[in-house]
Amino acid sequence: MLNIKNLEAKVDNKHILNGLNLCIKPGEVHAIMGPNGSGKSTLANVLSGKNGYDTNGEIKFDGQNLSELSTEERAQKGIFLAFQYPLEIPGVNTNVFLRTSLNSVRKAKGEKELDTLSFLKLVKEKSSELGIDEKFLSRQLNVGFSGGEKKKNEILQMKILQPKLAILDETDSGLDIDALRIVADGVNSYKNKDNAFLIITHYQRLLDYIKPDFIHVLSKGKIVKTGNSELGVELEKTGYANFI
Amino acid sequence: MKTEDLKNSQEYKYGFTTDVENIRAPKGLNEETIKFISNIKKEPKWMLEWRLKAFNRLKALKEPDWQKPKYPKINYQDLYYYSAPKSASDKPKSLDEIDPKILETYKKLGIPLDEQKRLNGIAVDAVFDSVSVATTFKDELTKKGIIFCSISEAIQKHPDLVKKYLGSVIPLSDHYFATLNSAVFTDGSFVYIPPNTRCPMELSTYFRINASETGQFERTLIIADKGSYVSYLEGCTAPMRDENQLHAANVELVALDDAEIKYSTVQNWYPGDENGVGGIYNFVTKRGACRGKNSKISWTQVETGSAITWKYPSCILQGDNSVGEFYSIAITNNHQKADTGTKMIHLGKNTKSKIISKGISAGKADNMYRGLVEVKNKASNSRNYTQCDSLLMGNKCGAHTIPYIKNNNSSSTIEHEATTTKINEEQLYYCNQRGLNQEEAVSLIVNGFCKEVLQQLPMEFAVEAQKLVAISLEGSVG
Ligand SMILES: Nc1ncnc2c1ncn2[C@@H]1O[C@H](COP(=O)(O)OP(=O)(O)OP(=O)(O)O)[C@@H](O)[C@H]1O
Ligand SMILES: [Mg+2]
Repeated sequence: MLNIKNLEAKVDNKHILNGLNLCIKPGEVHAIMGPNGSGKSTLANVLSGKNGYDTNGEIKFDGQNLSELSTEERAQKGIFLAFQYPLEIPGVNTNVFLRTSLNSVRKAKGEKELDTLSFLKLVKEKSSELGIDEKFLSRQLNVGFSGGEKKKNEILQMKILQPKLAILDETDSGLDIDALRIVADGVNSYKNKDNAFLIITHYQRLLDYIKPDFIHVLSKGKIVKTGNSELGVELEKTGYANFI
Repeated sequence: MKTEDLKNSQEYKYGFTTDVENIRAPKGLNEETIKFISNIKKEPKWMLEWRLKAFNRLKALKEPDWQKPKYPKINYQDLYYYSAPKSASDKPKSLDEIDPKILETYKKLGIPLDEQKRLNGIAVDAVFDSVSVATTFKDELTKKGIIFCSISEAIQKHPDLVKKYLGSVIPLSDHYFATLNSAVFTDGSFVYIPPNTRCPMELSTYFRINASETGQFERTLIIADKGSYVSYLEGCTAPMRDENQLHAANVELVALDDAEIKYSTVQNWYPGDENGVGGIYNFVTKRGACRGKNSKISWTQVETGSAITWKYPSCILQGDNSVGEFYSIAITNNHQKADTGTKMIHLGKNTKSKIISKGISAGKADNMYRGLVEVKNKASNSRNYTQCDSLLMGNKCGAHTIPYIKNNNSSSTIEHEATTTKINEEQLYYCNQRGLNQEEAVSLIVNGFCKEVLQQLPMEFAVEAQKLVAISLEGSVG
């Protein structure tokens, strides 16, 4: 599904990613761990097409060269990023945002736009799965949401947009114990043989709930170690010193 | 004066009205021109005298120059003051002759082809439904005793009301442009709502259908008698072409005891091209008097057009407990300039005013909020709340806020909040990541920014205005 070869990324001549290789197949869950500043969020941004990076190397998504696609085209093709810091957009109703977003994605796929009633039904179903009070959805997007509420809202968007590849950037940070479980359940219930996850995290506890097929350690913009789900437990004990 | 023009006017006077299309006052601002206008409108003598008085006062007045947007000197002797309706040969023959940019905007707004033509003064063969709509509409209003007609008709048929209220809010010699309007106004609307009557519809449909040719010196007078209510909507989301560069309209509102007037404007006159060539100067005087106790006047404006917008819809809060509101969105793009805001003058006790202004600036445009809140010494327990937010798109545009605050009563309070933000690249990225393209993202964010004002518009118009806001800013980011 996703094939990254020798990816480099620079900002203002500062090297952030330095020859990164990664291959993700449908049905797989990959976790990325690594010290602060190692380039995890940068990888997520480069994959979703944020402006401002000077990149080299190759990224193929479903056989297509990603560098040819704009941010919104990538999103429409099924790349979803749950932000480490979800943005506040004052004045914009959360429901309206969700619906506009879903309809853009549907339109791009050649599907019919969803009418208000069917949309509300869908949102109701998905938000109750995540234990999100419907009142939230009539508030301004992320404005005044607590840290954890913002993260939950990201997962709600994922469940509504139904991406092929979901990149979760530290979605577990800031979640309370119950919310962590709810979010993990949300991911597990969405997971199937056709989609894939790239989960960026600092903590093993999320990986206790969502069993990854691979764990990668990122250091200075490179993957320096890849292992199975046990690697996380090891890292928790020893820290990164052995790998970087 | 050319003899031909004179001859035309003479003929008109004697009833040769068939050739009305070719009538035009000669160029120049003088007594002859004013007499010509008054004559052609068959005005009573008092009206002509009123106009001439204004003209005399005008001679002593100077064009103001304190505003931020500067413009080339206007030669008032080189303008036509009456030239309506246009003769068929002067009008564009088909839409092919219209700026393609405007046509594109029509398409986006979903304006039907016939209406597009009408907006540009192209003769339309198809009979408009609107004529019959307007008639049924009038019947319903007449039953309630509501008067809604052109100001010219009101001068003839309702002289007592016009005499009593015209110039009672904007005095004859108020300032240069207002006085100019008093001398040479051509037409406009007149509304009278009798006591304890709620106008059963937005006074808008009729206006949109009929007022596209009222010309550059428009005059509107709205009177809400005791305990009445009216909502009036002026303008149109579709951009209108006009040969007259200077627009100096006067709008006067009078609300008596317990009456309420809601006046909404959507202004989308031609802003000039991307290089700042052409475009309308929109120098309008709008003022409302809350004359009675418990009365209320609420101005809502969405200003997206014109090369220069220069206006301050105001409320004079005379009656005790009266309320004034001003909700404004001013969008400037490319080389457009706006210097707009409001004046709230608190005279009565317990008067309240609220100002919500949203200025959006893109391209090389300049956007200025200028507002006066004045509490006079007898206006005890009065309150004002002002919120001015500016949104900048890009690095070459400007936003400025100048509040003038005068509080002469210690029991009264004035509150002012102002913010300036730049449209945030991160917010746009977030929207893009969710599948929205740049235009959809800008539209979403900007409409969110303007929400409090858009909400004030009559329902059916809010949706159109929302689209207009997005269209006005197209291509201004990224
Ligand atoms: N736009 C930018 N300009 C300059 N430096 C940048 C920019 N974006 C990222 N960096 C730098 O690149 C490095 C990697 O940043 P990134 O956000 O990808 O780290 P991270 O692995 O996600 O860290 P964390 O675990 O703290 O979230 C950091 O040193 C950061 O300061
Ligand atoms: Mg990060």
